[in-house]
Amino acid sequence: MSDTGQEHYEAVVVGAGPGGAAAAATLANYGVETLVLERGVEAGSKNVSGGLIYAEESAPYTIDDLFPGFREEAAERPITEYFLHNVAGRDVKTFDLTDLHEHDTEWSDAVLRRKMDSWLAERVHEKTRETGGGLLSGVRVNGLLRENGRIVGVTCDELDPITADIVVAADGVNSELARDAGLMNWEHPEQWFQGVKAVVDVPGDVITERFGIGEGEGVAHLFSGDLFQDVRGGGFLYTNQESLSIGTVFHLDSLVAEQAEPHELLDGLLTHPLLAEWLGDDYTEIEYSAKLVPDSKKVALREPHKDRLVVVGDAAGQMQAQGPIIKGMNHAVSAGALAAEAFAEAKSRNSPETAGELYAQKLRAEGVMQKLRPRGYDAVSAVGERGAVANLTDSLLTSSVGRIGVRLLGGQLERLYNTPALSMMVPDTRTPYVTLPTVIAEELGTPVTDENTVEPPSLEERIGDLTYDTDIGNPHIKLRDNSFEASGAAVTACPVSAVNFGGGCYREETMQTNGHEERVVSLDTQPCVECGTCAIVADTEWNHPRGGKGVEFTQG
Amino acid sequence: MHTVVLTKGVPDFREGQVSFDENGHLERGKTPTVMNPNDQFALEAALQTRVRHGGHVTLMSMGPPGYKDVLREGMASVYADDLYLISDREMAAADTWATSITLSAAIEKLGTPDLVFAGFKTADGETGHTGPQTCWCLDMPIITHVVSLDVDEEAGTLRAKRLVEGDIEEIETVEASFPAFVVADPEFVPSYRSASHRLTLKDLRAETRERAENFEDHLTIWDHADINVDPDYIGLDGSPTIVSSVDPIPKAPAEREATMVSPTSREEMTEVLEAMQPLAAGATGTAEATGDD
Repeated sequence: MSDTGQEHYEAVVVGAGPGGAAAAATLANYGVETLVLERGVEAGSKNVSGGLIYAEESAPYTIDDLFPGFREEAAERPITEYFLHNVAGRDVKTFDLTDLHEHDTEWSDAVLRRKMDSWLAERVHEKTRETGGGLLSGVRVNGLLRENGRIVGVTCDELDPITADIVVAADGVNSELARDAGLMNWEHPEQWFQGVKAVVDVPGDVITERFGIGEGEGVAHLFSGDLFQDVRGGGFLYTNQESLSIGTVFHLDSLVAEQAEPHELLDGLLTHPLLAEWLGDDYTEIEYSAKLVPDSKKVALREPHKDRLVVVGDAAGQMQAQGPIIKGMNHAVSAGALAAEAFAEAKSRNSPETAGELYAQKLRAEGVMQKLRPRGYDAVSAVGERGAVANLTDSLLTSSVGRIGVRLLGGQLERLYNTPALSMMVPDTRTPYVTLPTVIAEELGTPVTDENTVEPPSLEERIGDLTYDTDIGNPHIKLRDNSFEASGAAVTACPVSAVNFGGGCYREETMQTNGHEERVVSLDTQPCVECGTCAIVADTEWNHPRGGKGVEFTQG
Repeated sequence: MHTVVLTKGVPDFREGQVSFDENGHLERGKTPTVMNPNDQFALEAALQTRVRHGGHVTLMSMGPPGYKDVLREGMASVYADDLYLISDREMAAADTWATSITLSAAIEKLGTPDLVFAGFKTADGETGHTGPQTCWCLDMPIITHVVSLDVDEEAGTLRAKRLVEGDIEEIETVEASFPAFVVADPEFVPSYRSASHRLTLKDLRAETRERAENFEDHLTIWDHADINVDPDYIGLDGSPTIVSSVDPIPKAPAEREATMVSPTSREEMTEVLEAMQPLAAGATGTAEATGDD
């Protein structure tokens, strides 16, 4: 108890994903009394990722350092091969990017987050319980507790306010705490990606046979080119033990601009002839899910702290999506452990209030910040992403001159793609995502002859297969402005909404008022998968549902 | 804090579990026995005092030897530190009066606890007698229809919110001093607003699940001699109630075709809506005609 009669813990960690777990375990290792609050009914039930976790050689911490046995018990298959497919219609040119994938990589495993995070949470609870804290699920932290304008703790839906010497916000991409602290705003679609994923049931022995891998091996396939209309982004396929994670990741601004339907783009990948040999004739989708991904090179917080608050992982924008390699969870682990280390050091010097600054210093000193916000990118984007230059590059590439260049480069292209320094500087334009892969496939590719017979479930079926505990009468998202102009983008961009689909979150409606028609949108939060897309593309008052309510992912 | 929770085994009346013979009589042999569903709320209330104030929760029942599984169920699903089964051929065919005499004697044998909890009537007899009668034998104050509970350990009092006449619309707050008898209402909701309470709760739940795996180590079985009661006052001999006959359960008056739908299935609910559409169209028509939209 604090002087004011409030419950007090030395540390409160909000969110039990990899960032929160790493922070909590490290705090407990330093003997800090640590309370972990997780809003899901179980850790992992709210968490989605594409599905690859890396342990980098250069990282200060890796997940298996902190949690021995992680790879054997919580992960799926190690990813031992890594391919990028450039697609133009049926033409495909495949690059083997295993070298790039293995650069600075100690290991990399496919994961499913429900299994992974609930495994981590059990260990975190045991560890933190020993130092007087513990992990509670079903508790949603809804904001920061302030005293005289300074952050001193958290407020929750289910518990009375709690004070702490340090609050670790590891509450994910739609971090309510980072927003409350004024560190993040949810306004600019160009700072975010949206990922959509299907987990597909395939028995382990069928996986090893169809992908030509051994029992303890796994493979990653990436896809770019013209199979996603003109939307900037790409697709992925990762092998789990008994399933496949197949998904797409697109720049949110591009999704909005093209008015593309995310589930249709995913279907475009699932039904491409290239996937026929891997999916076979018997397609069973276990789970459809979605999440936002921050673009670290634009939004990773350089100073992810304020007062007693430190922010780690997706909440701090620490998601490196650069070129064909996507790294998020590993950085969350490093950041979480570094934040814990910073607090322990600051506390030992009797100045716990300096923990935030120390954490930011450690992110720089350990090289994490340079990976998240590479200096090279700033220089390239300043030139390369300007409209005129981008268009010139694009048209040059598609011209006969550019095509000759691609043909001449031929085999060397694969080597260029495998160059880490180049992949760090890929600009966010159509060129690397759509134009270049399409030209490569057209010039160098060979046609796939397989017929893909997959019939993906409808959006209605996908929503119907998800588990929800709806907080009836208490919608967690409210439309602030229901005009089509302000919020209409959500009708297509929301992964569980679509034009002319009545069973989704967002619907377009026409209202008759005083003799003229008005385009408005209506919102039903029941099918919500809590990805946060509409928080950015529509005008909403956006919160997570209270503890244990809303969607519950079984795979994640 | 020592609390005792009373429970009873009842036939599992859930769909698919319960069996009736052709005369409509319950087939006890074919129907599994479970803990009376309402007793869960009594156990939840006892667990709340255990979490907040520490101490000890004893779960007690009177019945045949097989009722030890009912006690195990309570221990595994909610909470108990130890289990007492009052079981003896002399106690067979007891009515609520003889049962109350037996239970109160067993409670006194334990030493008077601070609080005794019971659930709101059993799913089989539905008399609602046993709790109040046991309380009368123990000479304690009783608070029924309790929906929330606060204990002041230092003052030796409890403050409870209860439904007046069992009505959710009217709630009164009453106080009593220990020892006291509490009947938890099915609307009882335990409240844990502090993290430390929730962490304790999590620990206790893990402990009780583990304990339930070897529940017989925590089980005491007492016969009438153990609790020092005269066989004339218990069992059939001590029961003033005579059940003269049991009427079969009447069949539903009309055989209507029923289709089960799941409220969470979008597909099935769409079918319901489609079936209702013609009716709704008529209703809308009326509303338009009368202009009261």
